[in-house]
Amino acid sequence: MSEKKSRIKKATTHVTQNEGLLFEISRQGRAGYSIPQLDVPELPPEELIDRSFLRTDDLQGLPELSEVDVVRHFTRLSTWNYGVDTGMYPLGSCTMKHNPRINEKVARIDGFANLHPLTPVDLAQGALEVIVRLEECLAKITGLHAVTLQPAAGAHGEMTGMMMIRAALSERGNPRKKVLIPDSAHGTNPASAVICGYTVETVPSNSEGLTDLEALKREMNADVAALMLTNPNTLGKFERNIEEICRIVHDAGGFVYMDGANMNALVGVMKPAASGIDVMHMNLHKTFSTPHGGGGPGAGPVAVTKELEPYLPYPRIVRAGDRFSTNFDRPKSIGRVRANFGNYGMLTRALSYILTFGDEGLLEMTQTAVLNANYIADKLKDTYEIPYAGRVMHEVVFSDKWQTPHGVKNSDISKRLIDYGFYPPTMSFPLIVHGAMMVEPTEGEGRTELDLFIDAMKSINAEAIEEPETLRHAPHSTKVGRLDETAAARKPVLRWRSAEESEAQRADKNTR
Amino acid sequence: MRYIPNSPDERRSMLEEIGCARIEDLFEQIPASLRLNEPIGIGHPVSEPDLLAFFHELGAKNASGYQSFLGAGAYSHYTPVITDSLISRSEFFTAYTPYQPEVSQGTLQYIFEFQTLICQLTGMDVANASLYDGSTGVAEAVLMADRVTRRRKFIIADTVHPQYREVISAYTKNLGIEIEYAKYSETGAVDINSLRIDKETAAVVVQSPNFLGCIEDVSALSDAAHQSGALLIVVASEPMSLGLLKPPGQCGADIFVAEGQSFGIPLGFGGPYLGLFATVEKYMRQMPGRLVGEAYDTEGRRGYVLTLSTREQHIRREKATSNICTNQGLCALMATIYLATMGRRGIQEVARQNVQKAHYAASRISGLPGFELRFKAPFFNEFVIKAPKSIDGVLQALLQKRMIGGLPLDRYYPELSDSMLVCVTETARRAAIDQLVSGLSET
Amino acid sequence: MANTPEDLSYTKDHEWLRVKGKSATVGITDHAQKQLGDVVYVELPKIGDRFETSEPFGSVESVKAVSEIYMPVTGTVVEVNESLNDSPEQVNEDPYTDGWMIVIDMENPAQVDALLSAAEYEDYLKEEASE
Repeated sequence: MSEKKSRIKKATTHVTQNEGLLFEISRQGRAGYSIPQLDVPELPPEELIDRSFLRTDDLQGLPELSEVDVVRHFTRLSTWNYGVDTGMYPLGSCTMKHNPRINEKVARIDGFANLHPLTPVDLAQGALEVIVRLEECLAKITGLHAVTLQPAAGAHGEMTGMMMIRAALSERGNPRKKVLIPDSAHGTNPASAVICGYTVETVPSNSEGLTDLEALKREMNADVAALMLTNPNTLGKFERNIEEICRIVHDAGGFVYMDGANMNALVGVMKPAASGIDVMHMNLHKTFSTPHGGGGPGAGPVAVTKELEPYLPYPRIVRAGDRFSTNFDRPKSIGRVRANFGNYGMLTRALSYILTFGDEGLLEMTQTAVLNANYIADKLKDTYEIPYAGRVMHEVVFSDKWQTPHGVKNSDISKRLIDYGFYPPTMSFPLIVHGAMMVEPTEGEGRTELDLFIDAMKSINAEAIEEPETLRHAPHSTKVGRLDETAAARKPVLRWRSAEESEAQRADKNTR
Repeated sequence: MRYIPNSPDERRSMLEEIGCARIEDLFEQIPASLRLNEPIGIGHPVSEPDLLAFFHELGAKNASGYQSFLGAGAYSHYTPVITDSLISRSEFFTAYTPYQPEVSQGTLQYIFEFQTLICQLTGMDVANASLYDGSTGVAEAVLMADRVTRRRKFIIADTVHPQYREVISAYTKNLGIEIEYAKYSETGAVDINSLRIDKETAAVVVQSPNFLGCIEDVSALSDAAHQSGALLIVVASEPMSLGLLKPPGQCGADIFVAEGQSFGIPLGFGGPYLGLFATVEKYMRQMPGRLVGEAYDTEGRRGYVLTLSTREQHIRREKATSNICTNQGLCALMATIYLATMGRRGIQEVARQNVQKAHYAASRISGLPGFELRFKAPFFNEFVIKAPKSIDGVLQALLQKRMIGGLPLDRYYPELSDSMLVCVTETARRAAIDQLVSGLSET
Repeated sequence: MANTPEDLSYTKDHEWLRVKGKSATVGITDHAQKQLGDVVYVELPKIGDRFETSEPFGSVESVKAVSEIYMPVTGTVVEVNESLNDSPEQVNEDPYTDGWMIVIDMENPAQVDALLSAAEYEDYLKEEASE
């Protein structure tokens, strides 16, 4: 082992850096809640429910904390996180953009936040109107005929879209067997196709990083239900042969599913329907700024052509003038993919975002996002390899090829970026680029921040040559250093246990 | 545009520096024939004050000031005020999935705490970082049981939430999975002897308390399932009941799935909610969804990382345990804060108040002439009331008094067209319950 | 350079086979474990499971990769290395001894003749590396 060099001293002895788990800071008898006293006559629970159904462990182990303890705990935890509000978060394909506060305020308006999903429709007119209005906006943005807002995330939208394709093909007499997916695709695409009962075949990319048309023609036949295509793709390139691609697939009787994860490159510039696609999902938490919330909730609306409209999940919300109602009478529908109306709170936020921008703003959003990505690509193209060179759309993929001779990998570069105050790019994806670093700045970064990022990347490259050890042990500025993921996966500890519980668990394992 | 920092001048100079004459030139990859030459058609930008006014107006068109007795998968509970203020820390809500653990320890630690809390409440060995919601969680549980047992037949109680059953059906219909629905018995609970469990059965799926409010005999059901080598999947749409009822882990459940909305998440017209998902250790690697585990750095400091990722789509692609790519991070945080604040005694107190108030209401309503409690099985905070006249009429009359009296059941169970599902939680004051009773007596 | 014991047979999928009469022990090669990195979990079949030549019988996982393990010859599993459950690192540390995975009862021992010798396997590795 080499000596660890750490130029920046870690401030890890401070209490705010060493907050324990809820269970460790719990003290018997503390309480943080306040609810009114029980105001009805009380009966012994055994008289109401068979004793054998009642809990006997007195909820042992659950924490007992005061409000002060809870507030401090979570506030301290929050300071160990990095968010978009902290600084640039260039996580490629995740579109980490500004999360406007007005959207948060709007979603919390009493009439939405406290509305029960089974409220009679007469008393939920405003809530249903939000759904219809957002569907209308997304239909205009995509150029497609109809939209469902039920899917709870992008992957959920993929599954929903593929189910509709399967339903349409089944009605034609044969659901077919396979789905084609380019080698640059996100892992959710194959996993979503499989849930719909399909096997997956990979279509290679050509030297430009685009779908190989000849390969597509070879693979395309009467067994293929659909092509799932991300456009722009995960290299940040627009599939400029998209019309030809759609023609090849359609001529063989298949459908084209567009993964719209990268829609931030297209809004206002192009309506995907024009390219001939049949169905697509969007990620409201990417393009339309609903907060990522540390991993969710997201929302993955799906837009379809008129041909696929009958297969949309039910219920559909129907507008008749100023009246909104639910329609369950949809005999061809694939059914329901989620209870209620989807991740509703995200829908209100997204509508608020879209209306804020309007036509002019959305175009400016897309243009600026693409400008920012190209600016970074241009300024760093001599420092980091760009395996698929040329103009990009909303994101650019670098590789670590020029740094590996110094013993520095993409992960070292990304960890060092943390010390410079940035969140790292998306790592090791797409799989077709070895040592990939995928950078998506979004329109939410100003030139000053972009320049700081570019300087940081250049400085890290200099360090890779002069003092690679600094990178290999980065980050040096965080609460913890690199964690041993191998040990964590070999003997997974997925929950806290008290000393007594751990002892009991060990004894139990030994006797087994 | 206030969300775009660059000024027009800055944009111009950036374009120049990268050798681009016009912004449109950056889009040359897109064939000209596909490019849009007109506005999208949404309209002009709306200012902040106008937007607020617009949404307030829409919000005001929704039920406000009504006393609601709706449950059926979404429950009204008191939520500590600090929940919303803490989740509004932007370090939490503007972060993404914790891919880089060194700058995501806040998210990772609360998910580890969340996983622990769910294990404690349910008595299960391992819980994931959450799924989308209860309905999709149950569908994932069915797919998991299919993987574990390599059997194709499922017996699902028809008292599993009707929407959850619809989602199961959509998820499984292309996979050759066979589903048989088991009718509820006269008591409102599952009749164990009527279940046709055999060596082909992958799992029995029951909800407890079930959609009709009745508590199932989970221990007996698990014995029956296990005798044939089938798994028992226990579903809950009201996990607050765990504050009072024996946890599924102690009753032999193999997979537990629930809608976690009750733990501090606003009703929000149905979402975003929180799918709770837990199982026993031996099936851990067949579990869908994200998992956080404990890890140490080279200097021995404790931290947390995403772990066992090889189950997931980004590594195993078409062979993954699920296509899910995220969890409901922020909702899991709400639940963690809620459970931490309510704590051991608070959860017990809420469960106590729910069961007491619901029984008070049920006994008063069933004391009215013609009204009766439809089922005899024990219940937690929901129960079915059979009315002497048209349910629609009854509910309409209550609406006039600004009460939403319950959920009519005819859509889900045609034979219960004379009945409604009533939910009473700790948020219903005695006066409100008494008002419901007098409202019903006057209809 | 990877270690390739003389007395074993090999596949192009990087499994090794140690024959003893009709039964044979199967594991993955030193080269394979190096490629995979730190092994964190090994998924193995149940005793009594039967697999044909080239069928996957299990998988080896590192933190960020999964590789399937393929059957070198047709046979039925008669023994499984349970100790890999608690100590998957044995596959890295000792791929040819403690890191063994299963013992099979071969249906047609003549199939072994079609496998690679140590020298042939080493040549194959060189070929692969030069590609």
